[in-house]
Amino acid sequence: MDKQILTFTLNGEPVQLEIEPHLTLLQVLREELELPGTKEGCGMGECGACTVLLDGKTVNSCIFPALEVEGKSVMTIEGVADAKRGLHPIQKAFVEHGAVQCGFCTPGMVLSAKALLDENPKPTEEEIRNGIAGNLCRCTGYLQIIEAIKAVSNQL
Amino acid sequence: MKRFEYLRPKTLDEAIALLQHYGKKATLIAGGTDVIVMAKQKKVVPEVLISLQGIPGLDQIHSNGTLKLGPLVTHRAIEKSDVIQREYPALSDAVGWLGSIQIRNVATIGGNICTAAPSADTACPLLVLNAHLKIRGANSERTVPIDQFFIGPGQTTLSPGEILTEIEIPELLPNTGSAYWKHQRRLALDLPILGVAVLISLDKSTVTCSDLLCTTSPISAVLHRLEEDELLCKQIRIALGVAAPTPMRAKKAETLLRGKKISDELIEEVADTASKEAQPRDSIRGEAWYRRDMIKVLVKRMIMQSIERVVRPDENVFPERLW
Repeated sequence: MDKQILTFTLNGEPVQLEIEPHLTLLQVLREELELPGTKEGCGMGECGACTVLLDGKTVNSCIFPALEVEGKSVMTIEGVADAKRGLHPIQKAFVEHGAVQCGFCTPGMVLSAKALLDENPKPTEEEIRNGIAGNLCRCTGYLQIIEAIKAVSNQL
Repeated sequence: MKRFEYLRPKTLDEAIALLQHYGKKATLIAGGTDVIVMAKQKKVVPEVLISLQGIPGLDQIHSNGTLKLGPLVTHRAIEKSDVIQREYPALSDAVGWLGSIQIRNVATIGGNICTAAPSADTACPLLVLNAHLKIRGANSERTVPIDQFFIGPGQTTLSPGEILTEIEIPELLPNTGSAYWKHQRRLALDLPILGVAVLISLDKSTVTCSDLLCTTSPISAVLHRLEEDELLCKQIRIALGVAAPTPMRAKKAETLLRGKKISDELIEEVADTASKEAQPRDSIRGEAWYRRDMIKVLVKRMIMQSIERVVRPDENVFPERLW
């Protein structure tokens, strides 16, 4: 099976690599590009731990064919903090409100929160719950996560 | 997951030619949220995936009387469409419950109906909207009404080498309302225990008791008041999901109401008949007796919600009102 060339933008930087065509986006991020921030929870698109942003929209990278990001822009958790300004307000709020326990859902949860607030800076509590409905958390019971997102929204 | 080639044809003809060339070794892929999962579970073992994502023009929504959906329209695009929410609310309801935002950003309506699970959320709304499916093969184009499209669990009338190219919803009668309920335990990332869609067209949209709809009065009380208005049902379609090997229309139940005046007794009979027409089975999500019971309840509720959408189209009647 011949490898194919994949060119896309990753966390603001252009990337080009040769990959086997059957790889999922998650495999390319973790194994080929060695960015382990994006997690594999279920591997079937049912838990959201593998959430990344594709052209600003959340997708489950564990079931996304890597070749389909050709020419597009991907953001992983590694791209959320800013080199100069430090942690993103969402990340700070998660830390302050106790929204991180084991941390495994956190990368996906932060990206879902980011996508939600980018589209709707003042969500109601119901809209927040809907916005993170695709991200499972087994530790916190979600309340701290919802409070963290509310806090960021109040700052916006 | 076994390795596969990933091909990206640039036209429909190229895609059809590739399908014919590779035959059983190839599987079509749109968003991939079903295909990749099935490949990981070895339910399908393609040597080649033929992606439709490289073909322009398949992801358009056109609405001017008729509604035309390209097969690659994502569920999220449908969710965000104002015209679909206003005029075809059953479809809007269905995509809102489907998977999660992450899934809806990628999964397509064409993929949903071509995977043809008995639980496919968009199938029941498309059935009550009387969708017609345009299908293209190597030397042919045909149109199939959706109630002839599903022939078994996971099976459609698509022949090898054929691709769904458009979903068309014919013009609706005036005073039409529709609704879909996905009966499930979780509010996201769940498959339905049961799906119920209803479409109803009435002879008028003003009733004397429209304010009664904004209360928690029982359905029979509301229906008794509606009887005074002598509302005529000009068209009714009822579709059930996870109640048979394929998504189905409850046609016997529909015949009872079509052309008749709305009344409490008649709606009760319609719901009862729909429940008897269904062929649910026992499964891990629910047993057949429970599904039959819930069909009776939910058909009534979705009829009421559809009527509400005719009578009060600009608002959700009463936020806590669960019909």
